[in-house]
Parts: sequence; structure tokens; C-alpha cells
Amino acid sequence: MLSYIIRRLLIAIPTLLFISLAVFLLLDLAPGDPTANMPLTVPPEVREKIRIALGLGEPMHIRYLLWLKQFMINEPLHIFSDWTGWDVAGGSQRVISWQSRSPVFDIIVERMPQTLWVVGMSYVVGILIAIPIGIISAYKQYSWFDQTGTFVTMVGYSVPPFFTGVLVIVIFSVQLGWFPSIYDTTHRVTDWDSFVVQLRQMVMPVMVLALQTTAQISRFMRASMLDNLNQDYVRTARGKGLTEKTVVLVHVLRNSLIPVITVIALGVPGIFGGAIITEQIFKVNGIGQLLITAIYAYDIPMVQTLTFIFAVLIVTFNLIADVLYGILDPRIRYD
Amino acid sequence: MWGKPITQVLEVRDLKTVFHTQDGKVHAVNGVSFHVEEGELLAVVGESGSGKSVTMMSLLQLLPMPPAEIEAGQAIFQNRDLVKLSPSEIRDVRGARIGFIFQDPLTSLNPVFTVGFQIMEPLRKHMGMSKSRARQRAAELLDLVGIPAAAERLDDYPHQFSGGMRQRVMIAIALACDPKVLIADEPTTALDVTVQAQILELIRELRQKLGMAIIWVTHDLGVAAGIADRIMVMYGGQVVEQAPIGELFEHPRHPYTQALLESLPGRHQANERLRSISGQPPLLMKDPDFCPFAPRCRHAFDKCRAEDPPLLRVNGSHDVACWLESAHAEAPNGR
Repeated sequence: MLSYIIRRLLIAIPTLLFISLAVFLLLDLAPGDPTANMPLTVPPEVREKIRIALGLGEPMHIRYLLWLKQFMINEPLHIFSDWTGWDVAGGSQRVISWQSRSPVFDIIVERMPQTLWVVGMSYVVGILIAIPIGIISAYKQYSWFDQTGTFVTMVGYSVPPFFTGVLVIVIFSVQLGWFPSIYDTTHRVTDWDSFVVQLRQMVMPVMVLALQTTAQISRFMRASMLDNLNQDYVRTARGKGLTEKTVVLVHVLRNSLIPVITVIALGVPGIFGGAIITEQIFKVNGIGQLLITAIYAYDIPMVQTLTFIFAVLIVTFNLIADVLYGILDPRIRYD
Repeated sequence: MWGKPITQVLEVRDLKTVFHTQDGKVHAVNGVSFHVEEGELLAVVGESGSGKSVTMMSLLQLLPMPPAEIEAGQAIFQNRDLVKLSPSEIRDVRGARIGFIFQDPLTSLNPVFTVGFQIMEPLRKHMGMSKSRARQRAAELLDLVGIPAAAERLDDYPHQFSGGMRQRVMIAIALACDPKVLIADEPTTALDVTVQAQILELIRELRQKLGMAIIWVTHDLGVAAGIADRIMVMYGGQVVEQAPIGELFEHPRHPYTQALLESLPGRHQANERLRSISGQPPLLMKDPDFCPFAPRCRHAFDKCRAEDPPLLRVNGSHDVACWLESAHAEAPNGR
């Protein structure tokens, strides 16, 4: 298993280098101009000077290698310096946002908590609801519970968050006045009361996003359970005189969770990617919102860095999913 | 008329099992009656769809209900009617007092649990053994069914065993709690011939050592001939003939049994074509009101197509359900 992980990590290096090149080229070749948002009174010569000052005067391959060096070497050194207090980074150039002129990573670190709280929590909530629903729906296939679950899942799949988001705002904020419609990022949790405030502002975005997660995972869980419920080993377990609870929650569940856990692991990078639309609706200034504003402003370093971080996360969680698969299913051996 | 009642461990009377399908009721088992004596090996023979397996599964309520339903009948085991037991009562019988071996050893064991865990489950459930005591007993059982280095193999997973070895594990599970009756549902069908011979040898040994009654379901008369004390032939969800092994092979009374014996390879000259029974087994879409074998029977006459023959004792311990025999009984010179 260890040699498999090392081999996979080594393969990940060329994969990521290729992805970084693709990301860089794609954004670089896309039409656009970092000075486009500036007032029209700024004369063309000044605009040109601004472009050169941003490093756009260099040829493409030089800019690519520079960005690679900043991302792969300088940034880790800076992060290391910040953590330990040792000055190993010196004054090396960091990846700087064109929009705000501050290091890209600092902004990402600022935005991360909001995204993890809202999107991460919705993922956890969604899974915790989905797995029992999937189990019951499969065990009581075609019962009223299963039919209701199928209907709600259809809704969760087919109604986009820009509709459900606005709908819950209308119902719970405007009509009932239970929850605030705007997520207050500056809110600090210091005591019980502020924790309750935090919970209340999280409820609606989490609800909207969890509906989607629940819809997907519960369907998947149900299908996986149904596959296993008809297996011969289930009959053997019943033939041994085990209770239905043991048969379903030990024998069937353990087998059914294997593919579901893989899917859950593959979905984790999506949390860090944030939820662009939902974050916009509830004014959560998380990663998704950061990415969309960076794209509007032609903030290439920010977009490149975020996109590449997603790529790293996807490659990593693919590996984690494969390793989990090997751990959960004794028939899989990676040697 | 049923032999000596004291030594009977299981007596089934007039069992009727139906499946409710979209096209109507399928009458899979139609009034099956039989008994098993202590320490006896009863072979149940019949082609696919003759109701052998469904009969056995009905006894332990192992069929999914719905669609299956046991409409009538009794199965007396230790002074209790198995068919009427509540789910929790039947669970105390399954795997404890009646062991069940299933057809396909490759799929009948749970792939994600160790063999030791799967053998220990019934021991802990029915005999209340501690973990270490159950483990010790599981090793003894593996040793009993002829698995070398039994103690070390407890921590292996099913995929680390060959097909024949897995069937030995299944036998160990079925025998774990020292059952009075062992029901084996085509246990050697999925195995190749040499492994089949080994398993049959093992069963012979285990019978001598443990002395439980065995019901051996098979479609192979050759296998039945090798190990059975008595053979019961089923056709169309009914028992058509039942006799001790020597009697049945020497004097088969039912045309179906005769045809089965004729279609056995090895009873013919090398250059002779293998005989088969022409036609298809009945569809069982309604309660039988005529002999189910009549359409394929070369001796069939009008009464066979009008009325279902009852199972009658013809001589000693030999029972046949055929109008030919009844005609003999009623009018010795008839036909």
C-alpha cells in the first residue's frame, strides 16, 4: 500500500505540472485586460505602463516559469515562515493579486473559514441526512417513505440553488422572519449567544446546499444498498439467524458504503471550491465569491492560483478515495 | 403411515407457497408433504423450477415476503410449527437448530468480513459465547471441515479461499451451533466434479461424527445416489415419488422418475444418444387441477389431464403420485 501511495504521488507531479501549464495558457490566451475597469480618462500610455508593471511585458514562457516559482517555492516558504517565525522566505516575490495588490494566499486564507463553515457544514449535514435516507429507502423500496424520498430527491436535483435560495429567503426571512437573509462575515463567535447568531445565519445557505448533496448521496446510497440487499451473502446472514438490524446495518451497510465513501471523498474538493451561486445569494464572501469577482476584474494571478489549488485538491482526493477503497474493500490490493 | 413418528425430526404437511407477481399468483409449492428422520439423509431431486429450493426456504421463512406467501401447511420441528413462528422465534431456529448451506459458495460469504467473524456470528448470537471462546470454537469448526492451518485462516477473507474451501466454510457456519437438521440447497452445483466429490466425502464423514439429519437438495441424481438414504422426487411444485434409495433406483414407479433415470449419462452404451425428457416444465400459474407431468408423459391418459393424482403409498415405504399406480391399485388388470 505504501509503495502504491508513493508511486501515485510521484505520478501526481507531472500531472499537476501539466495542469498548471494548461491553466496558465488558457487564462493567458483568453481575451481581457487588467486595466479595462479603469476610468476612460486614463491615457493608453499609462495603461501600457501599468501592464508592464504587472509583469505582462515579459514573454509567455518567462511569465509561466515565474508564476510556477512563486507558487511552488516562494509561497510555501512564506507560509512556513509565518507558522514558525523563522525568516526563510526573505523578500522573495509572492503571488500578488492585481486587484487588491495583496498576496493571493493571504486573501484565500481570509476567505476560507466562511466557505468551510457554510459549504463544508452543508456537505456534512447533507451526508448525515442522506445515508439514513438511502438505507431506509432501499430497505423499504417502493414504500411511501421511498416514494417521498424519490420526489424530494428529484426536486433537489432539478431545482437550482438560485431558485431554492431565493425561495427560502422569501419564506424564512421575509415571511417568517426566523433567519437573516445576509450572512455576516464579520460576526465573531465569543459566547453562547453569538454562537446562536452564527447558527441562525448559517441555516439557510446550509439548507440550500445540503438539499443538493442529500439528493445526490441518498440516491447513490439507495442504489448501492439495493445492489447489496439482493446478494447471496444477505440470505446467508439471515440463514444464520441474525436479526434484521444486524443483517442490514452490519452486513449490507458495510458493503454498500464502499462506493459511497469514494464518491463522498471525490466531492470534498468541491467544498473548497465554494458554492459560487449560493455564496452570491446569501452574501457569503467565501472562495466562490472570491473567484467570481476575480474573474470579473481580470485578476489573472488570483484565478490561476485558485484554479490550480482546486486541481491539487482534486488530484489529492482522488488518491485518498483510491486508498480508502483499498482499506474498505479487502479484495482490492494495490501491490 | 409416516414411518416411526418418534424418530422424525422434521415433518412437513401439505405445504403451499405462492409468489404474487404482476402476472398473477405463481404456485411454486403445491401441497408438499415429507418427513426427515433423525440422522437420515434425504435427497430432494428435481429439475430447475420444480420447487425444491422454495420448499426448503419456506421452512425457515427465508423467502422475501412479499412477494412470497406460505398459503397453507405445517412444518413440525421439535413440537413447533416453523411456518407459524414469529420472526424472532424463527431466528432462534435458523442457524442454531437448523443449519442452511446455500448453492453458490463464491457469493454466499460476505466479502468484507473475515471468515472467522462470519463463523463466530451464530456462535455468539445463539450460544452466547465470549469472543475468545467463539474464536476457539470457530477454529475447531474449520478444522472439522478439513481446512488446514485452521486457526491462522480465521483472519483471512473469503476471496483468499478457493470455491471448495469456501463451501467448507459455509458448512462450518451451518454446523456451528450443532443443528439437528442441516439443509443443503444444491451445495455442490457450483463446484467442479473433483471438488464436489471432496465435499460429498466430507458430508459423509460429518454425518458419522455428528449424526444430524440432512436434507440434500440437488438436481443431480448421480450425487443423490452417492450419499442419500432416501430420495424424494419433485416436479411442478409437488412430490411425485418418494422411496428409499435402492428401491427407487431399482423400481422407479413414476414416469418422471423413470425418465430422469433414463436421462442419466453412464446408463447407456457409449455410442447411444443421451436421452432427454421432451417438453418444458409447467408454468404453475394456477393451482394444479391435473397431473403437472401429464403434458410430457408418454403414458398419460384422460384422467391424468383431468385430475391431480394424490401421493399414495404403493409398497412398504414407497410413495408415488401417479394415476397409473392408482389404476393398478383400483383394478389390477386395468389398462
